[in-house]
Amino acid sequence: MTTASPVQAPAREPLFSKKNRKLISDPLNDSNPITVQVLGICSALAITVQVQQAVIMALSVTVVTMGGNVVISMLRNLIPDRIRIIVQLVVVAALVIIVDQMLKAYQPDVSEKLSVFVGLIITNCIIMGRIEAYALGNKPWPSLLDGLGNGLGYTWILISVAVVRELLGSGAISFPGVGQIKLLPQEWFIANGGLYENNNLIILPPMALVLVGIIIWVQRSRNPSLIEEH
Amino acid sequence: MELINIFIKGVFIENMIFAYFLGMCSFLAVSKSVKTANGLGLAVIFVLGVTVPLNYLLENYVLKEGALTWLDADFASVDLGFLSFLMYIAVVASVVQLVEMIVEKFAPALYGALGIFLPLIAVNCSILGGALFMQDRQYPTLGEATMFSVGSGVGWWFAIVAIAAIREKLRYSHVPAPLRGLGITFIITGLMGLAFMSLMGIEI
Repeated sequence: MTTASPVQAPAREPLFSKKNRKLISDPLNDSNPITVQVLGICSALAITVQVQQAVIMALSVTVVTMGGNVVISMLRNLIPDRIRIIVQLVVVAALVIIVDQMLKAYQPDVSEKLSVFVGLIITNCIIMGRIEAYALGNKPWPSLLDGLGNGLGYTWILISVAVVRELLGSGAISFPGVGQIKLLPQEWFIANGGLYENNNLIILPPMALVLVGIIIWVQRSRNPSLIEEH
Repeated sequence: MELINIFIKGVFIENMIFAYFLGMCSFLAVSKSVKTANGLGLAVIFVLGVTVPLNYLLENYVLKEGALTWLDADFASVDLGFLSFLMYIAVVASVVQLVEMIVEKFAPALYGALGIFLPLIAVNCSILGGALFMQDRQYPTLGEATMFSVGSGVGWWFAIVAIAAIREKLRYSHVPAPLRGLGITFIITGLMGLAFMSLMGIEI
């Protein structure tokens, strides 16, 4: 690979050129998959009750997005246009099966809690959306970076929603492999003579929607170019 | 009685949108007018109602551990469970394709109404979600699985039509600029979800 032929040499760009770095940084904010592109909301909300689940889910989605992008990008000139959706679904489903089996083997209790949502990564719009919008028209390396960037954009939204929900809802933060750490002192709670009580409302699924709505609000007030007409 | 119970549960209590957020992407994208929302909702009821029973048969006669005993008693220990994602999504994608062709041939008017939404449904999380919940909950009979799928479909249709009606009215109200569109839709969906939670525990 190091001895590029003279014909290729001018076209070759550094692995982390400015353009490639933008592929990772853009989805973190201005084209965030969840808050701006509106992709992959389904799973983003249901599994944010605990940070632990959110981390595992975000990691799985990032891995599958990168893998799917690379595979489809390598196959992009071979796939007939008419059946591309089915090909994409099969590639993604195969990757998800691998992730699912890994989770069952190494993180059995988290896998149990994520239940159907691991399988639903297959129809997670981020993956199909990025494959359709990016990987079908670009080389494998930029596609990998695009997958990574969008995976990370998904990750930070997921984890920030999960941190708020778990902290306010159960007064603790959990990490994979560490378990739940109680952050709030126990004597604060009413049961122990204090004044504090966990907010059970925030654990209910609808509150995740409200939290994401608030993240969108903050993001769009800081960046008015994202504001919609209606 | 059990069947009606499963249906009611699917529509109100375990609503695909408000309790599990499945199919949110198209829920947010296609809820700007009641008419299109209605079309997509009906298509989802239909596809869910067809794919879940099909996947149920697949699960119970091919994929589950010991499901192949109807072929030969030696297959009792064969467990093809790890293939279920691949099989389910293949069933969903092909049924959607098939339904599209059949509707186009025999009901052109309906096709005109649903046309653009049908292919979208293949990647609607609520369809695959229906199949996965069916696997997870292990309904004992085909009838119960079918009732669950139709109930979930009706619940999804109900949710998208309701939010579309609210969004139509929302156009005339003064929403803070950064919240307009996506933000306020999220918050309204959340509030509707809270309202739906009050139906929890209803049983007939």
